[in-house]
Amino acid sequence: MTTSGSRSILICSGKGGVGKTTLTANLGIALARQGMRTAVLDADFGLRNLDLLLGLENRIVYTAQEVLAESCRLDQALVKHKQEPNLALLPAGNPRMLEWLKPEDMERIVALLRESFDIVLIDCPAGIEDGFKNAAAAAEEAIVITTPEVSAVRDADRVIGLLNTRGIKPIQLVLNRVRPKMMANQEMLAVDDVTDILALPLLGLVLEDEQVIVSTNRGEPLTLNGSQSPAAQAYSNIARRICGEEVPLIDPAKVRRGLRAKLGQLMQTKIF
Amino acid sequence: MTLRDFVNKLLGRQPASATTARERLQLVLAHDRSDLNPELLEQMRREILEVVSRYVEIDLEEGDVSLETEDRVTALVANLPIKRARPVVKPDAAAAAEVAADEADEPVWTASQA
Ligand SMILES: Nc1ncnc2c1ncn2[C@@H]1O[C@H](COP(=O)(O)OP(=O)(O)O)[C@@H](O)[C@H]1O
Ligand SMILES: [Mg+2]
Repeated sequence: MTTSGSRSILICSGKGGVGKTTLTANLGIALARQGMRTAVLDADFGLRNLDLLLGLENRIVYTAQEVLAESCRLDQALVKHKQEPNLALLPAGNPRMLEWLKPEDMERIVALLRESFDIVLIDCPAGIEDGFKNAAAAAEEAIVITTPEVSAVRDADRVIGLLNTRGIKPIQLVLNRVRPKMMANQEMLAVDDVTDILALPLLGLVLEDEQVIVSTNRGEPLTLNGSQSPAAQAYSNIARRICGEEVPLIDPAKVRRGLRAKLGQLMQTKIF
Repeated sequence: MTLRDFVNKLLGRQPASATTARERLQLVLAHDRSDLNPELLEQMRREILEVVSRYVEIDLEEGDVSLETEDRVTALVANLPIKRARPVVKPDAAAAAEVAADEADEPVWTASQA
């Protein structure tokens, strides 16, 4: 199902509320800013939110539903971002779509999008049921996002198992809401713990960052206005890595300075 | 074990919560990945011990059958210290225990599942 060089990437997590939609919105903008023609597809038909995070909720006329029903053309349903014209959103239709939507429908939509975009990001719903299966049907690659918490990591593991059986690859990991201080005190799973357990390459680390909330309030993703906040930088770096650039990962231990930080680092030394 | 865990241990404190989290996750994921619940695992353990003890006398106290996981590969690991081989194998048991027979003198064996 390759459309010459165009990529389709599923953004999924298993658990809800770990940051899929926020990542999709920020990557969408960041990739567009790098000159990639980018489409973001809201595949979370039950609880759609991507429109809101991108600040496009008032400009929706048609949705994926009308495109599938052939009552409108794809370009009529796509909502182009005003400041970042390389980015377009294909909004989720009515939640009742879930009653009849099939994996083949998603494949059709994504194949259509890939004809005119370099990269298609699919914002996956939580869970591992039909919504996930529909969204996954159309993806060639996946980004699994998780937080350093036992429940999120466990759910991510389930999802990775399902992605593996579908032959989706590469599957890469984004670790979200990292708190360097808690990690230093070993009150939060270490980055290596999570990557070892899930056995995935790390695509990026996003720190816990209040600016994420501020930006969602405004409907302006952090990557839109060149914010220098830690999460903004993390999202931009992830976008660059997706495009094949080598950008070093931040080391959460180096984010903090001073004696306490040094001591914390020392205490994390593995002795046996 | 990290230096912090070691210090905690010396002071009689609980290990850091991240260490506990990692250990709990590794265990729960081994079960999730193999789709074996603890009850089934216990039943399997009993049956394995039963088959093996037809051939060799094993130390039931020391014996251990568990799931271990590394790099997304879960392995069933049986560690069964042998006290001594049994002189004769009961004929009715031979067929059922064909697999085990190959490795009867081998105290540890592993069956991997991706
Ligand atoms: N790095 C972060 N720092 C702080 N808050 C975050 C971060 N990432 C996500 N959030 C918050 O977490 C919540 C869930 O995010 P969302 O992207 O909607 O998750 P999902 O789509 O996986 O359900 C939102 O309130 C969002 O603002
Ligand atoms: Mg979401």
